[in-house]
Amino acid sequence: MNYISSDLKVVGTRPIRPDGVDKVTGRALFSADTRSAGMIWGKIKRSPHAHARIVSIDTSKAEALPGVRAVVTSADFPEISSEMAFVGEGPMNFRDLSDNIMARGKVLYEGHALAAVAATTQAIADEAIALIDVVYEVLPHVIDVDEAMRVDAPVLHADMFTTGVNPKPATPSNIAKVVTFKKGDIDAGFAAAEVIFEDSYTTKPVHQAYIEPHACLATYNPDGQVTIHASSQGHFMIRAYTAKLLGIDMANIRVNPAEIGGGFGGKTLIYLEPVAVALSRKSGKPVKMQMTREDVFRASGPTSGASVTVKLGAKKDGTIVAAQQVLKFQAGAYAGSPIGPGCMCGFAMYDIENIDVLGYDVVSNRPKVAAYRAPGAPISSFAVECAVDDLARMLGMDPLALREKNAAVNGTKTHYGPTHANIGYTQVLEATRAHPHWKAPLAEGHGRGLAVGFWFNIGGESSATVHVNEDGSVVVATGSPDVGGSRASMGMMAAEVLGIDISKVRATIADTASIGYTFVTGGSRVTFATGMAVTQATEKVVEQLKARAAQTWDIPVDAVEWRDGKAYPAGTNAGAFEPLDLAAIALKQARTGGPINSEVSINAQGAGAGFGAHICDVAVDKETGKVEIIRYTAIQDVGKAIHPSYVEGQIQGGAVQGIGWALSEEYIYNDKGLMENPGFLDYRCPVASDLPMIEAVLVEVPNPRHPFGARGVGEVPIIPPMAAISNAIKGATGLRMPDLPMSPPKVRAAMDAAL
Amino acid sequence: MSKSHVTTTINGEAAEFLCETQQTLLDVLRDVVGLTGAKEGCASGDCGACSVLIDGTLVCSCLVLGVEAEGKSITTIEGIAQGDHLHPIQQKFLEHAALQCGFCTPGLIVATKALLDENPNPTETEARYWLAGNLCRCTGYDKVIRAVMDAAAVMRGETV
Repeated sequence: MNYISSDLKVVGTRPIRPDGVDKVTGRALFSADTRSAGMIWGKIKRSPHAHARIVSIDTSKAEALPGVRAVVTSADFPEISSEMAFVGEGPMNFRDLSDNIMARGKVLYEGHALAAVAATTQAIADEAIALIDVVYEVLPHVIDVDEAMRVDAPVLHADMFTTGVNPKPATPSNIAKVVTFKKGDIDAGFAAAEVIFEDSYTTKPVHQAYIEPHACLATYNPDGQVTIHASSQGHFMIRAYTAKLLGIDMANIRVNPAEIGGGFGGKTLIYLEPVAVALSRKSGKPVKMQMTREDVFRASGPTSGASVTVKLGAKKDGTIVAAQQVLKFQAGAYAGSPIGPGCMCGFAMYDIENIDVLGYDVVSNRPKVAAYRAPGAPISSFAVECAVDDLARMLGMDPLALREKNAAVNGTKTHYGPTHANIGYTQVLEATRAHPHWKAPLAEGHGRGLAVGFWFNIGGESSATVHVNEDGSVVVATGSPDVGGSRASMGMMAAEVLGIDISKVRATIADTASIGYTFVTGGSRVTFATGMAVTQATEKVVEQLKARAAQTWDIPVDAVEWRDGKAYPAGTNAGAFEPLDLAAIALKQARTGGPINSEVSINAQGAGAGFGAHICDVAVDKETGKVEIIRYTAIQDVGKAIHPSYVEGQIQGGAVQGIGWALSEEYIYNDKGLMENPGFLDYRCPVASDLPMIEAVLVEVPNPRHPFGARGVGEVPIIPPMAAISNAIKGATGLRMPDLPMSPPKVRAAMDAAL
Repeated sequence: MSKSHVTTTINGEAAEFLCETQQTLLDVLRDVVGLTGAKEGCASGDCGACSVLIDGTLVCSCLVLGVEAEGKSITTIEGIAQGDHLHPIQQKFLEHAALQCGFCTPGLIVATKALLDENPNPTETEARYWLAGNLCRCTGYDKVIRAVMDAAAVMRGETV
């Protein structure tokens, strides 16, 4: 059923989230908060080198240390053949993942795991780690993406032959893959252009920087059954990877989803769980592991840094007739950067006849990248949105007018294949033009920037159960970990369908043995896909409730209707019966056929794409080069905001992560290929005093494929900030900052150079 | 090496524990006392997720040794609510949706209590600078600051 035009009583309101009290009282159990009787501590030995051959690992001294219960190396893990996995966000090769969690033969980045110990205390485990004697043959390393592509660069993988080129190369290189997307005739497009603008841009790897480090508690029982407590963006993902990497049947692994302390894509793959299980198998004890913050920075995935060029050709009236982009993405030590979505997203906001995009997926001696909020799109859009802004300047056009003139609309065929349908980009641009921020006068010395962004959003596999309790209250369970308040929206959709108060519905997350398969919380899919499963499961419960009423009244079920939490006779012909409410039917469920519940598993299709536009005002300190955000407005089509507060929160949080990416966050390496800033003091995330309020403007163009019209919202807001800020700095100073982060020393140097 | 015996007060209750001399107060609270509300986000005093009060002073418990609790009064997130009555700061964090994942929330609430105990009527800028030592990666701080300002107003008796 579709409720988009219905008079909604719960959806669209702002109730307090069901897990809220646990989280403001310190009772919520996150990954590192769980204990088990007889538990011991696991720690990982990590590479101090950026690139080295492992000549030998001697664990004998560590094993002899009193208190040590187990030591493992890659010899304790089965060799995995090359096989693509589709269980996290973005494809991952099982062999690479195995090699990443426990190096085999070579270490490929500083922090690469190569052995692990479990001991009775953390201090003994640390001591044992130091006693593991590793002989390395240090190899030349490469960090930068352009350098990694050179023919004389140190090669990380002897079996990496670039795919996507014809003929297949005869020698291995660090270029894993080349991808191209073409539309129209790019040469004809540029030949027809009256104005051409071209520039180059770079971005640094940035970390998702969830505040909760990765952690887990794993128990391997003598009967081969495994229990894992861990936070993640998908406990079924943990199960799939752990099963594959250790050769254990999925049925023998039960993963309990702990509360997750932030993920942003970075917890859609695993690092610790198979190691903890291996240590537990060897020691016979439950093993707890947790990363330090340094481990998180050095050994878990940031997103790609990149080198990008953009070339735009336009008519004097502002019609963009040709658009070309070349993107080189760092993948980290193994293939698999988000180069695909990077190539697709940059021009997806535009209706341009001739487009040519070329992308490279490049390995180097860095941690393997992981998904980070709209993977690839922020990098690509930073370059495109800066270039569009400079094109507007060349044309003497208002930057919003140039975007309006070339905006993608329903029916625009994208350069990567699909045709845009049911999008709300026009309405986003209208809301931007109408917003007081866009019209507000600028203070002396301030600059204003605009940028837009696009993300696909996804659907996928989700499962939900709805149980009617004996007293008429309702429990909703799903397989989707709640990263940002999704339990609230799940409960609200169920309450709306049932016509009852939200206080009568409890939404929870079930473990891998208690509900059907559910894909990761990623791609902005949970409210859309899992919300659809919850809605359908609740509708099945309503059908049962109607059937029970029909049975009680002895009338046909189609003579019963359900509204406002009660069964009514459908009309005067159906008979004169007092309405039966949910509690009354629930009370008699044993006598009318047994428990009332349902489970629905779906593979949801039709996720509505999301578009956003950000307006940013900055002041630039001429002494220090520090950029201050004065005012920030983020406008986005959200389809339908189920719980508007958490939708606003997604937009505000995403925008601020983008502000950090723009101004202060970066991985800094020394000439030995070692990261120099693996802590929150030197890896500078935005703090409260860096920021103004972030105004989130919700545009609601319903997605017809979702029962309430919802679109994913979590990813779009991180896409526009970098370009919006660069464009604002240009407005304030006249200088284009094409390299991220636009940190004080860089801005100051650019101002000095311009004198 | 034998452990140290520490006599202290935690959340208003007399408490004793044994700890290694090098163990941080955070590790003692989490692993010895069993109060896991304070979180380890960095173990270097940069993120504020482990914030507690010692005799009313806001500290990162990862930068304090367990033995330093001797004779002191420790307040953790578990001691902010009075029985089943949430503190106004907790209530306002819920009403303003000032948390998403909730991992930094205990530290933010403890730090906010320290702010409002010292300065019941902070400006937005004062609140932002006081909370600059508490990293939140989910919210962008907007709703956090609104919750803090609203809680301050309630505690001053200006609104409900």
